[in-house]
Amino acid sequence: MADTKYIGQNYTPPDLVAKVTGRARYAEDFRAEGMLFAKLLTSPMPHCRVRNIDASAALAMPGVKGILTADDLPDLGPNVERALTNEPFYAGEPILAVAAVDELTAAEAVEKINVDLEPLPFVVDPLDALRPGGPDARTTGNVWGAPMPGGVGPNAASPVKTIKWTGEQFADADKGRLPMGEPTEQWAYGDLDAGFGNAALVLDETMVVQSTGHHPMETRSAMAYWQNGKLYIHASTQSVAQTLPNVARWCGIMPQQVVLISEYTGGGFGSKGGGAVSTCIPAMLSKKLNGVPVMMRITREDENYIGRARTNMSGRTRIGFAKDGRITALDLFIVQDNGSYGPMGDHRSAGLAASIIYQPQAMRWRAISVLTNTPPRSQQRSPGPMQANGMIEPLITKAAKQLGIDQVEIRRINSPVGRATFGPAQPNGQRAKLTSAFIVEALDKGKQAFRWDERKAYSGQRRGAKVRGVGVAVGPHGSGSIGFDSLMTLRPDGKLYVQSGVGNLGTHSVMDLARVAAEVLAMPWEKVEVVWGDTGKGVPWSCLSVGSQTTHAMTRANFAGANDLKRKLQEIAAKDLGGSPDDYELSNERVHRKGAGGGLTYTQAAKRAIELGGKYDGHEVPEDINVMTKGAAAKHAGLGVMGVAKDNYPRNGTTYSFVIGFAEVEVDVETGKVTLIDYLGVGDVGTVINPRSLLAQIKGGSCLGIAHALQQKWVFDPKYGLMLSRRFHYSKPLTILDIPATMNADAVGLPDPETPVGARGVGEPPVGAGYGAVLNAIADAVGVDVFRRAPVTSDLVLMSLENKKRMHEPLRAHV
Amino acid sequence: MDQPDSPRSGVTRRAFIKGVIASGAVASSAAYLFRAGGEIFGQTSAPGSVERLITLNVNGQMRRVDVMKQETLAMTLRYKLGLTGTKIGCDRAECGACTVLIDDVPHYSCSVLTHTVRGRKVQTIEGLANGDQLHPVQQAIVDEQGFQCAFCMPGFTMAAVGFLKTNPNPTRQQLAHGISGNLCRCQDYDKILTAFMRGAEYMRRSS
Repeated sequence: MADTKYIGQNYTPPDLVAKVTGRARYAEDFRAEGMLFAKLLTSPMPHCRVRNIDASAALAMPGVKGILTADDLPDLGPNVERALTNEPFYAGEPILAVAAVDELTAAEAVEKINVDLEPLPFVVDPLDALRPGGPDARTTGNVWGAPMPGGVGPNAASPVKTIKWTGEQFADADKGRLPMGEPTEQWAYGDLDAGFGNAALVLDETMVVQSTGHHPMETRSAMAYWQNGKLYIHASTQSVAQTLPNVARWCGIMPQQVVLISEYTGGGFGSKGGGAVSTCIPAMLSKKLNGVPVMMRITREDENYIGRARTNMSGRTRIGFAKDGRITALDLFIVQDNGSYGPMGDHRSAGLAASIIYQPQAMRWRAISVLTNTPPRSQQRSPGPMQANGMIEPLITKAAKQLGIDQVEIRRINSPVGRATFGPAQPNGQRAKLTSAFIVEALDKGKQAFRWDERKAYSGQRRGAKVRGVGVAVGPHGSGSIGFDSLMTLRPDGKLYVQSGVGNLGTHSVMDLARVAAEVLAMPWEKVEVVWGDTGKGVPWSCLSVGSQTTHAMTRANFAGANDLKRKLQEIAAKDLGGSPDDYELSNERVHRKGAGGGLTYTQAAKRAIELGGKYDGHEVPEDINVMTKGAAAKHAGLGVMGVAKDNYPRNGTTYSFVIGFAEVEVDVETGKVTLIDYLGVGDVGTVINPRSLLAQIKGGSCLGIAHALQQKWVFDPKYGLMLSRRFHYSKPLTILDIPATMNADAVGLPDPETPVGARGVGEPPVGAGYGAVLNAIADAVGVDVFRRAPVTSDLVLMSLENKKRMHEPLRAHV
Repeated sequence: MDQPDSPRSGVTRRAFIKGVIASGAVASSAAYLFRAGGEIFGQTSAPGSVERLITLNVNGQMRRVDVMKQETLAMTLRYKLGLTGTKIGCDRAECGACTVLIDDVPHYSCSVLTHTVRGRKVQTIEGLANGDQLHPVQQAIVDEQGFQCAFCMPGFTMAAVGFLKTNPNPTRQQLAHGISGNLCRCQDYDKILTAFMRGAEYMRRSS
């Protein structure tokens, strides 16, 4: 879009004053008459079966109102996680919930319940599950098989299988070489043998990437009650429209029976993508208690267990380079720790991401996704691509050093350009291709802004106990879906009401997407009302606010919806004033003849739309919109001119965004401490909608990757199968003192040609950029062979340096 | 790393787990408790359920409230005084989301017993603005679009206001140290610092 007034401009999101004054209400901030409190009883064992529950003493306590067990919840199908279970697959999994007049009573009641548990075999390290005779996480098997064509439902498509590898395949495991037995999935393209045959340098190394909890600041607390057969639920979700059907499914009711309120969400990072299954607990308790409101506050410790985590992976990478640094062949084998539920697909995303950012001339991807008795995973900000950065970046850096090629240059040589192809051949015989990539432009921009050559000159030189290093990495991620709906009304009060069905989780995209409508309709921003966060107010079918989709998907949808409204304004004007609709244009809140001719004010046009009825005021809507959008449109029919449309714009290719991270670190070789000195992130994310938010996404996302490089991880006691890294204090999220007081970010701002607004998403790509850049900078400072796992903590650095070889346990997960 | 983190102090985790396995039950986290004031009757069996009526000075108002002796200020503010702007992110003095000012000094309200603030001046995020007139630090957040999801914002803001009262002209690094007891999981730290540096400037200008 050329000559924009709002797109690309900073603005103040309309919800900011509510946030800064404490008036913004998150799920746990709601109160209702007679509200009860719920507490959970969770499994103390990593795997067990509930033989009997004796709650008689608890239920006899004054103030205790009811109990909810797995038997009270709908069956969601085989292998699908429910909010409560009779066979816990991880320590911390909820078995039952108690509702009482207050939380203390509920907790005391939980203490009085006797649960008879039968311990079952368990495993917390995926490689242990693959060893011959090793324990299985479930009685039905130890891995997720490949998705079966024709499978129904999110999980039914993948079967649970049992796969064990041989002792011979584990022969080199204690030397840190990942065993490569039978994978469950694989693909390949190009001539791998020829690629390695032609290579001037071949590396074969294993890297262990850690798991971390999402830990949004707001836990997944929820409050629910029933009125007149309808469930009203205050929950914390990333995606309002998409969570509604999930809540209905979890509660065994129809979506039309649910009113979901989630105006403010205290972060999610993928852990609340389609809501949280635990939110059905207060809803079902309330249902059992005739609709009385039930609040379930989730503690930080509860959140640690049920709040989701990143899949950890071990990756063995065999990679060949030509003398000039071009990657001739890449053979990647991934063992993914899927956790207790799933099935997860991060291993697939990791393989595709590697194919995209390194553009190997030939590539094979093999993977196995192993079930363990550890808390359930979900997609965490850059799920898969970040792990690919972690598994492969240290090898690229090592190769560059050995070949004598600059770190930026070797990435420049291998980066995709424009509509580059990636992955294996599709069913149509063609390989997938990107809609666009401007990585080289971003690398060049960043290299100059970061003063790369200047810093490179002193990297690796020891000054006292300190040595500096610089690193760069390209973080990729899929960045946009298509085909969602838009709904807006221009009303006689002269205002444009844009309904927003995505979540309000801090990215501001919930508001940003209305800027597109304001732009198309030449509407003053102060007359635009964004309506969000309450399905009772009618929201259109919108994308999940995950996977960096929202900006792309919903700017397209609102571009369609706003153009539908614009066309209706032109038609109304032509009906009343003669001529054809194309004779009319929009400006100054009027639809008028091109030039300075006669026309109608928006207020007049809105009134005329209501008089005309039919499609103009939303009494007739397009056939192809989602049933949720139809329901929402019915609520708004007759209120003014309605813009309602599905995004039917074509798209040729797969949309990916990229962020390039540049990092300088200082390593103290006497203490092992790594300090991040400076960081720059440069985005290739299409047209920029909201610059200030975009740069904050790049910096904040990079920080998540930086935290993964330096400090954040899970730790398990393998003997008892219990997590040791509960809470913030032990899991070490990044604090304000772990990063430089000033960070930098920029974007190339080149529009994607396959979407009308030109914008792609940004949320995830900076994570892999920060992760890879910092890992590479550490390798640059102290040597490419000092670490083969992340995070690269002080003890790891110091032990390796002092012993002049890697001292960390090679392949073990969660240490 | 491993520590018993429930209030069953003196019990090792292993002994605890063994006991749990023997008895067959465990509370998910018995330490994070709240008893509603005046809503239950005949509940004298539960230890600690006795409430006492006290007077608190919150946001310049004298508030009469029934509190239990073990009740934290965060719970009193949120569940008895309706001041839900103060957030609970961890309830264990790890994250700072619950930060309020007590006699102008930032405190984690999750770790302050309500009884101990009798006679002291408590200020929460709701008490920062003067009617519709935002506090300079709040105005700076709006102007710089500080924070993302903003769940940590009230605590961070109170921490910053408290720090700036005694350090009106900090460097970026000093300010970072001053508010380093607060976590932001969006990790919007750079923009938070930018907003609070502007807030410091606004405060200097207005004083």
